Amino acid sequence: MATDSSSRRPTFLADHFDTAEQQADAAKLGMWVFLGQEILFFAGLFVAYGVFRSWHPDVFSAASHALSKPMGTANTVVLLFSSLTAALAVRAAQRGARHQTTALLLVTIACALAFLVVKYFEYQHKFHTGLLPGQWFGVPRTFPGGAVMQRGEAAPALPAGAGAFFSLYFVMTGVHALHIIVGIGVLTWILIRNLRGQFSAEFFTPVDNVALYWHLVDLVWIYLFPLLYLID
Amino acid sequence: MTTATTDAPTPHAGHEPDPRESYIETTHSLAGTKQGALSWLTTLDHKRIGIIYLCLVLLAFLMGGVFAVLVRIEHLTQGKTIVDADTYNRIFTLHGVVMVFLFIIPSIPAALGNFILPIQLGARDVAFPRINLLSVYIYVLGAGFALYSLIHGGIDTGWTFYTPYSERSNSFVIPMLTGAFIMGFSSILTGVNFIATIHKMRAPGMSWGRLSLFSWGLYATSIIQVLATPVLAITLLLLILDRLFDLGIFNPKYGGDPILFQHFFWFYSHPAVYIMIVPGMGIVSEIIATFARRQVVGYWFVAMSSLGLALLGFLVWGHHLFVSGMSEYAAMVFSALTFLVAIPSGVKLFNWLATLHKGSISLASPMLYALGFIFFFTIGGLTGLFLGMLAVDVHLTDTYFVVAHFHYVMVGGTVMAFIGGLHYWWPKMTGRLYDETLARIAYGLVFVGFNVTFLAQFVIGSRGGTRRYWDPPPQFHQLHVVSTVGSWVLGLGFIVMLVMFVRSLTGGAKARANPWGSAAVEWQTSSPPPLSNFAVQPTITRGPYDYHLATPDELSEDR
Repeated sequence: MATDSSSRRPTFLADHFDTAEQQADAAKLGMWVFLGQEILFFAGLFVAYGVFRSWHPDVFSAASHALSKPMGTANTVVLLFSSLTAALAVRAAQRGARHQTTALLLVTIACALAFLVVKYFEYQHKFHTGLLPGQWFGVPRTFPGGAVMQRGEAAPALPAGAGAFFSLYFVMTGVHALHIIVGIGVLTWILIRNLRGQFSAEFFTPVDNVALYWHLVDLVWIYLFPLLYLID
Repeated sequence: MTTATTDAPTPHAGHEPDPRESYIETTHSLAGTKQGALSWLTTLDHKRIGIIYLCLVLLAFLMGGVFAVLVRIEHLTQGKTIVDADTYNRIFTLHGVVMVFLFIIPSIPAALGNFILPIQLGARDVAFPRINLLSVYIYVLGAGFALYSLIHGGIDTGWTFYTPYSERSNSFVIPMLTGAFIMGFSSILTGVNFIATIHKMRAPGMSWGRLSLFSWGLYATSIIQVLATPVLAITLLLLILDRLFDLGIFNPKYGGDPILFQHFFWFYSHPAVYIMIVPGMGIVSEIIATFARRQVVGYWFVAMSSLGLALLGFLVWGHHLFVSGMSEYAAMVFSALTFLVAIPSGVKLFNWLATLHKGSISLASPMLYALGFIFFFTIGGLTGLFLGMLAVDVHLTDTYFVVAHFHYVMVGGTVMAFIGGLHYWWPKMTGRLYDETLARIAYGLVFVGFNVTFLAQFVIGSRGGTRRYWDPPPQFHQLHVVSTVGSWVLGLGFIVMLVMFVRSLTGGAKARANPWGSAAVEWQTSSPPPLSNFAVQPTITRGPYDYHLATPDELSEDR
């Protein structure tokens, strides 16, 4: 530590660090710790899910059939693929292949947008068929772009307590979708920095960290999908 | 402690400030060179950020203190004294919310920790200075929401926001919840920053075994902040959504559960108690070593007991729910785990006493606060064991005994440590000495006032006096008057302290680098320190309490 003179300091190295390794290690550690708090944030929802499902196993099982398995599966594939492209983008950045990094980041962002589009259609369907949380359950509502169905027209007959399932469905997938939107934001930020040529084989920590965040968003979905869609 | 190396002083982007110019005078900031207030508002310097936090939490302390005094005055006479019952509910709620979320959680880590931690590590700054500044603005944003709620009449749910009442109360609950939610992220970011800083920013030679016990305390605190606060965030978010959209997560009518809120809330708020007390214990370790001129006895035990408290803090939340409807087996497990907390707490107390034994003790004002901490924390900790006992807890739940217990820990513990730390590091932060006589007078008033206020409440509570009553039963009236008068003495003590600190700022004598004659790292740099903390990069050659390795010259005192 503290051996490089000011004349040889690379431009990406902040003043308060001694070496590039120290800076990269600190940023990586900070990101992992931050991901730890993300897991605890979602943990509250998973605990609520566990409690409510243990109380009403039949209701949860019946309600899960009202979710669209094909759409959920499609979104799972899309997210897993985007995690792959995010990981490849890190590898490309590490090799200093700027154009390849750009292409892979664009594919990742496109997958994230595709996920949200599928989610939009899923939400729309839930609103129109009245598969809604708590006190709203069973009453069809309007949702942007689409016709409202009659009560019970498309939804299977569900037990009265299914509102609790849909409360959790909307909160869990909603908070997850919020993380997808934040992910699109930070991926775009990284894309712009990459286009400006700020990353190199020596300095690509931000790409690495954003990809870590993206993997976590993916990981949460890997748990949400079976817990909500594939109960039986 | 520090030996000069041949390295050039730290270069800073754009221009090279004089390495000896103090952080207060320098004009370096995020947006380049800035003058006046703007250089503070855009600063990346952990010391300035610590000072900004210090000013904010002291304002919050003042606000919470005013609410406390109003609560006590209401009990001066039977029936209505100054406010009606509904207003009383709002005032005690606001006292709790302001003191917990705006004052005590950020008090030691974000204010004193921010200032002192990087210096104690021999670092130039925290690992993420921009995130550090961001955390201040997040705190201010959250405080803004809380103030918005307060201006519109505040809330009347109690600071714990228990469901189902918090879902029905027609007070301004949502802005207050939003404020607490946002301030949580400020706390998380501070925690992330400190963990990365302690791991990666230590100076050459600063091994884990040479880390100060305050740094160990902050490390344990940061772990709790990072792992517990997000659970509060999701809990408050669910409550907000419940109120806004009737989701029914905490409402049995729609398949939800109000008790689940209590579990979630205390899964954060019990560890939060350790966010408050553990860094305070770190300060006490520092002060005792300095003013007993001794190596802290059982350094590793004291350091690891901080981590032990952090771990146990996550396992005992159920003891807040003994009478809420919990299986008796779960209650027994939580009760047993609660008793375990006494072990790391006892390790600290006995090691401090052993450090004092045969030490060269100087009873300067910071030491008085540290000794006060030991006295108060012993009472607060032991009464906590009473409450952890299942049968006793049934009698004492929701009485003034609980109120007195946690005030002995929070005020007698954390606030004493915070004020002691403020006295201790005041010369380092401001470069000024303060009037020791006034400091002792303030201490005497605080010590006496605090005991009178809360010992009376132990008696009220053990006789069944219920907390949060606007008009307590007449048999407790005399004791309530005693408690109220005590609160005035306590308040007077804080006013004297304020006068003492203001006089120090305006006309205090200049402090030397090491006015207390301490062997710890932060006293090796000038008071106040330069922007990059040390004029030359320090190399650490001994531990912070290795008085046998320090030269007599280093340890000479100012007074």
